[in-house]
Amino acid sequence: MRFNSYETAGFYDEMFEASGRPRAGAAMLVQKIEALSSGEIKHCQQAAELALLNMGITFNVYGHEAGTEKVWPFDIVPRIIESHEWERIEKGLRQRITALNLFIDDVYHDQKIVKDGILPEDLLHSGKCYLAPCAGLNPPRGVWCHISGIDLVRDSDGQFYVLEDNMRCPSGVSYVLENREVMKRTFPQVFEGLCVRPVDDYPDRLLETLQYVAPPGVQDPMVVLLTPGVYNSAYFEHSFLAQQMGIELVTGSDLVVSEGFLYMRTTTGLRRVDVIYRRIDDDFLDPLELRKDSLLGVPGLLDVYRSGRVALANAPGTGIADDKAVYAYVPEIIRYYLGEDMLLSNVPTFVCSDDKHRQHVLANLDKFVVKEANGSGGYGMLMGPMASKSEREKFHDLISHEPRKYIAQPMLAISRVPTIVNEGFEGRHVDLRPYILYGKDIYVLPGGLTRVALEKGSLVVNSSQGGGSKDTWVLGARVDDVQPEACQTPVAAAEVN
Amino acid sequence: MLSRVADSIFWMNRYIERAENVARFIEVNLHLTLGLTNGFVNQWEPLVTTTGDHEGFIERYGVATQKNVIDFLTFDKDNPNSIVSCLRSARENARSVREIISSAMWLELNKFYLTVRGASHGWSMARAHDFFDQVITSSHLLAGITDATMSHGEAWHFARMGLLLERADKTSRILDVKYFILLPAIRDVGTPLDTIQWAALLKSASALEMYRKSRGRITPSSVVDFLILDRHFPRSIRFCLLAAEDSLHRITGSDHGTFSNAAEQRLGRLRAELDYTQVNDIINQGLHEYLDQFQTKLNQVGEGISETFFAPRPVDAPAVMSQRQFQ
Repeated sequence: MRFNSYETAGFYDEMFEASGRPRAGAAMLVQKIEALSSGEIKHCQQAAELALLNMGITFNVYGHEAGTEKVWPFDIVPRIIESHEWERIEKGLRQRITALNLFIDDVYHDQKIVKDGILPEDLLHSGKCYLAPCAGLNPPRGVWCHISGIDLVRDSDGQFYVLEDNMRCPSGVSYVLENREVMKRTFPQVFEGLCVRPVDDYPDRLLETLQYVAPPGVQDPMVVLLTPGVYNSAYFEHSFLAQQMGIELVTGSDLVVSEGFLYMRTTTGLRRVDVIYRRIDDDFLDPLELRKDSLLGVPGLLDVYRSGRVALANAPGTGIADDKAVYAYVPEIIRYYLGEDMLLSNVPTFVCSDDKHRQHVLANLDKFVVKEANGSGGYGMLMGPMASKSEREKFHDLISHEPRKYIAQPMLAISRVPTIVNEGFEGRHVDLRPYILYGKDIYVLPGGLTRVALEKGSLVVNSSQGGGSKDTWVLGARVDDVQPEACQTPVAAAEVN
Repeated sequence: MLSRVADSIFWMNRYIERAENVARFIEVNLHLTLGLTNGFVNQWEPLVTTTGDHEGFIERYGVATQKNVIDFLTFDKDNPNSIVSCLRSARENARSVREIISSAMWLELNKFYLTVRGASHGWSMARAHDFFDQVITSSHLLAGITDATMSHGEAWHFARMGLLLERADKTSRILDVKYFILLPAIRDVGTPLDTIQWAALLKSASALEMYRKSRGRITPSSVVDFLILDRHFPRSIRFCLLAAEDSLHRITGSDHGTFSNAAEQRLGRLRAELDYTQVNDIINQGLHEYLDQFQTKLNQVGEGISETFFAPRPVDAPAVMSQRQFQ
C-alpha cells in the first residue's frame, strides 16, 4: 500500500518531512509498508483487531450501560521516535519527576516554596488534590510519585511539550505492552531490521519499584494491587498488571485493618500486606479520614500507612502535582529545587485564579482550550476555537464563578501520524504518554502510549472520547550509526534480556 | 488465596460446566425426537422442568415448543441458566480473577463466550447439532487448558471442586429427564423405544461406550447404577464426589475420613452414603425421589463450601495466620 497520496500539509508529521519524503528513522518502515499489498495490510489490521477482541483487551466506558466493554481501537502503523529525540525526552522527564517529587515532599512539610514566594499559598491550599491529612508524612525512601505518566505533544514547531502530569493513577501502560504483543503477532514483517527498544520488562521493573518501598525489615514483601473493581474504566489494566507481576489483585473489601496492621482475607484466614500499588484515587483510600462515603478503600488504612507498616504507591497526596494550576508553575519548581532550566517545555498556561490571566482568558475564549485544573479523561473541557457561542458563554460563567477550577492553554497544532483509513493513509493527531518509575532509580519506559484521535480533524485522543492507539517505537540508536548485525532480529533480541 | 478469588474461580468453573450440560440436555432431546413419531416429538417441556426454571419459562414463553425451549435454554439473556448467560457469568468471574488464571484460559473462555453470543444471529435448526457439539467441545478444551496451564494448587482445586459439584448435579438431572419423558404407554417399558431413550441419555452424558464396556446390554437399573455409582466413569455422580472430596481435603490439608468444617462434613457424608448404596436401594426408593434428595444434599455441600471459604469472616475472630503455608 503506497503513501503517494498521503498529505502532510499543515501539521508536523511524525513519519514524513514532507509528502513523499520519509524522516530518516522512518524510511525503512515506509519501505516495508509500501512493499505490502493493500490486502496484506488490511489483513494485518483485521488480525490485530481480532486478537484484541479475543484477548479481551477492552476498556469500560462511563456513561454507557454499566460495565460495557469496548475493544481497544488500534492502528497497526507504528509511531516512531528516533533515538536522539528520545534521549532528550528521557532527560527532561527525569528532571521533571525529580523536581516534582521534591515539590510534593516540600508542600507536605515546610512549604519552603510558598514561604520563598515562588508559589502562591492560596493556590496550594485551594487545590482539590492537596490532602491536609498527609502533612508531615514521610513516605518510605522519600519517594512520593513511584509511578507517573506524563502527557507530551509535539507542536507544529517539531518540539515536544508537556501537556499534563499524571501522578495519581496514570493508566495505559498495559496497552503499551499489549499493543507491542499484538504488533509482533500480527505485523511481524515490519520489525525486521529495525532496532525497536523493548518494553516487555516493565512489569518486572514495576514490581521491583514496589518491593523497594516495603516497610523496613520485611524480607519478602506481600505486594498487592488495589482496584476499585471490574466496573472501573481501567480494570483491564489492573488485572493485567497484577497478572504480569504475579501479585494479588484486591478490592477494598478484601482488605482489613486489625491491630495496627493491614491484612487481606484469604481462604485460610488473614494475611499481612506490606505494599499496595493502589489504583484508586486519594479521596477513596480511607473513609475514616478522606471521603466518608467511599466503599472502595479500607477504613484505617492511612493510619497504618502513617505508622510505616504498609507502603502505598503512589503515596497519598501526590495528586497535588497533577493540579493543572500547579503545572503552570513547574518551570519555577524545577528552577527552585534543582537550580536548572526546564528541559522539556510546558505549554504556555493561564491560571484563571490569577486576575490578569483570567481577564485575558475570558476576553479570548475563542482562542483557548480551557481545562479543569483537576480534570482528566477529556471531560469538562472547552475547545475554544471549535466551540459554539453558547458553549463559550457557559465556560465564561463557569470560570467567573470558580476561577481556581480552570486553566487555559492555546490550541496546539499537535502532530500527526499516518493511520489506516479506508483504502489509504491519512494523518491523525497523536499524543504520547511515557511512563516513569521512581524507586531506587528513575526508569523511563522507552516509548509509552501513543493515543490517536481517530476522527478526522479531531484533537481529542482520550479513549473515553473515541480515541485509539498505536504502537510506539523508540529506535535503539540513530539509524545512520546502527550496526546492521546488531539489529538483524530485533524481536528475538528484545526477548533475551 | 483471597476468599473472593476462591469464590470466583469456583463459580467460573461451575458456570462453564453448567453451560456444557445444558448443551447436553438439548442434545439428548434432539436425538430422541429425531425420527420418532407417536406424539413423541413434543417432549420438550421435561427439559425445562428438570433444569428447575419451569415457572419462569411458562410465564414468558407459554408453550414448550422445540424452538421456545432451545431459545430459552441457549440464547435467552434473561434466563440466568441459559448457555449464553452461564458463559457471561463465567466470563465475568474470570475477568475478576484474570490475574490468577492463565492467559490461555482467559483467551479461550473469552472466545467461547463471543462464539456463543454470536451464534444467535443467523441461527437455524440445521446448525443445532454442530453448535451444541461445539459448546461441549469448547468446554472440554477449557478443562484441558486449565489442567495443562494452571498450577495444581489451591486455586485449581477450587476450580475443580466447582466443576465436579456442578457435574454431579447435572448428571443427576440428566437421569431425571428420563423420569419426566413419558413413554407413549406403560406397555412400552422395556421395548426398543425405552432402550433408545436410555441410550440417548447415556449418549448425552458421553457415557455410551464406557457403559457398554462395563455393563453390556442397556437396562434401566444398570444405567442408573453406572451414572450414579460407578467409581471410574468421570461423569458418574460417585466419581465426581470422590474427586471433589479429594480437592477439598487438599485445600484444607485435613485427612480423609475426618472433617474440620461444614463443607468437609457434608461432602464426606454424602460420598460415604454413595459408597454404601446399591442400585436396588435407589430403584426401590424411586429414582426421581432419590435424585431429588441427592440434589438437596448436594446444595448443602455447596452452602458448606461457601460458608467455610467464601463468606467474609469477622475481623478479630480467627487467629491471624500470616506465616501459614499456602498452596
